[in-house]
Amino acid sequence: MTALTTPGRPEQDASPRPVPWRRMAWVTWRQHRFALGGVAALLGALAVWLWLIGLQAHHAYAAAADCHPASSSACGLLVGSFISHLSAAQNVAIVLQVVPALIGAFVGAPVLAREVETGTFRYAWTLGFGRWRWTLAKLVPLGVAVAAAAGLFSLLFSWYYQPFFVQTFSGNVQVPLYSTVFDLRGVAFAAWTLAAFAIGALVGMLIRRVVPALAATLVVYAGLAVAAGAYLREHYLTPLLVKNVNPPSSALIISQQWYAKGGQPASQAVLGQVLQQGAPQLGGGKGGIPQQDVTVNQWLIQHGYTLWTSYQPESRFWPFQWIEGGWLLALSVLLIAASAWLVSRRAA
Amino acid sequence: MSINVIETNGLGKRYGGTWALRECSLAIPAGHVAALVGPNGAGKTTLLNLAVGLASPSAGGVTVLGGRAPGSPAALDGIAFVAQDAPLYKNLSVADMIHLTRNLSRRFDQEYAETRLGELGIPLKRKSGRLSGGQQAQLALTLALARRPRLLMLDEPVAMLDPVARHDFMAIVLTAAVDDGVSVVLSSHVLTELERVADYLILLSRGRVQMAGEVDDLLASHRVLTGPALEADRYAERPVVHVRRAEAQAHLLVRATAADPVPPGFQAHPVGLEELALAYLREPGAAALPGPARGRHAEPSEVAK
Repeated sequence: MTALTTPGRPEQDASPRPVPWRRMAWVTWRQHRFALGGVAALLGALAVWLWLIGLQAHHAYAAAADCHPASSSACGLLVGSFISHLSAAQNVAIVLQVVPALIGAFVGAPVLAREVETGTFRYAWTLGFGRWRWTLAKLVPLGVAVAAAAGLFSLLFSWYYQPFFVQTFSGNVQVPLYSTVFDLRGVAFAAWTLAAFAIGALVGMLIRRVVPALAATLVVYAGLAVAAGAYLREHYLTPLLVKNVNPPSSALIISQQWYAKGGQPASQAVLGQVLQQGAPQLGGGKGGIPQQDVTVNQWLIQHGYTLWTSYQPESRFWPFQWIEGGWLLALSVLLIAASAWLVSRRAA
Repeated sequence: MSINVIETNGLGKRYGGTWALRECSLAIPAGHVAALVGPNGAGKTTLLNLAVGLASPSAGGVTVLGGRAPGSPAALDGIAFVAQDAPLYKNLSVADMIHLTRNLSRRFDQEYAETRLGELGIPLKRKSGRLSGGQQAQLALTLALARRPRLLMLDEPVAMLDPVARHDFMAIVLTAAVDDGVSVVLSSHVLTELERVADYLILLSRGRVQMAGEVDDLLASHRVLTGPALEADRYAERPVVHVRRAEAQAHLLVRATAADPVPPGFQAHPVGLEELALAYLREPGAAALPGPARGRHAEPSEVAK
């Protein structure tokens, strides 16, 4: 114990040595251990569930893949069983999208908002540890902890989902870059969780009340996640272009467009007219353009039309993971720095 | 040794379009128990927040502990601040509050804290949110003093306390001031306890300093003159701060020393601190800034009636 009982002692040093960082570790743990426990409980429960349904999915995959002859009705049943696991997994992936949002709202938002709402910031910020140091000593370890937990969880998810990527027999080829699974694997899930936490912390500091901050965090996070999935991700690298052939089925298709001889885009109406001329031969070729139908495509190509497809190949999974992880990490650092700056200059 | 624990120069703070504090120039010397008195909304909390670095000035400047920047580690190191309503982490136990405070401060006297809490009968294992109001205030004060500050700043420390708890609280503050030489600045809109405790008074009204100085000097430079009410209006020899009429008698608080002549028909009495403060608070236009130690005031020493 540092017991100095002489208050009048000379201590004119204008810049005393700061209180060591490590002393905040106990404080952060003591004040946020229930929040961290909540994260552990949530992810732990989800992990047990994922592990159980993952074992079943792996068994179903092994049974269907090992079945010979593949055309037998017994094998058909096994494939059917596997497909039901696949459709369940697609729903699981959608549900898991909310996990980072929940962590951001329930762990991130209260960290600063509760201090301001209850007035305890007047105590914490006047003890001499330093306001921005106090903020960083809270946000950085908590952010790292929730990101690490999410990272471990996403490893389990990758294992769970792996059979659906490697299988080819279901006819439903999974696209690794597709938005509902891309951000649950690799480094993305940890990065999104960190970003959600950092959003929560800053929103909490801006709104200064726990419950509104919590709701606002959910909204901001959802907006960012949807925007990234729908608009941003497909532009991380310049898409590849192919002409008159379909890209691999595991690729993420960005756009497909028919062009006329002169190079101008062909409208649906024009293509419909061309197809109607060949209707007898095409058999069932209706007004629409069933592009998977090889005969329809061949007919249009024979008539001088060109199909351009832009896509992102499956091989870009890891580059995209690093790009997404990178910008989310940069964003999180920025948000945490902004929170610390706000704390250090906020007036009471 | 004679530093100013708080020194402000033209200090102002504006929230939106409203000045919570303006043109505040004062210097509170070390070694006093200084009372910051004024009605609600007078700017007491604002001044303390500025001094502890929880707010930044809109105008002018403020330094603490002899020229240190408010909120800087060097300043906070020597200041213990107990905010209004003593905000504690309600879900932490008393022992955890001690641990937290010790971890975040450069100095902490664990033995003092535990001994004091033992004397007060505050159990270490209880959550601080489950302590009574008086116990919470005592815990906050104990934690503040265990940091061994040179300046103890208390914002409305006794507002929520019953008279016994108020008395006990102030006794601890006085002990720290007298035995350990801690300078104290406390804000209060409760005047009754101050006479016993404060030896320096700053009167704030409507965001401005109305009166500041050592209590002894202030009392010595004011007298109450009692005389016929009819004569009161004609009395203009000395600046009158406040006139209180009771039937045929009038009580005039005037700026005068014991040596000043008493007009015929009047009797002079010394004034009490509470009476003096009340008189000035009732006359927001009056100002008395004697300031024996310094000559840096926004307004010259005078009384405007």
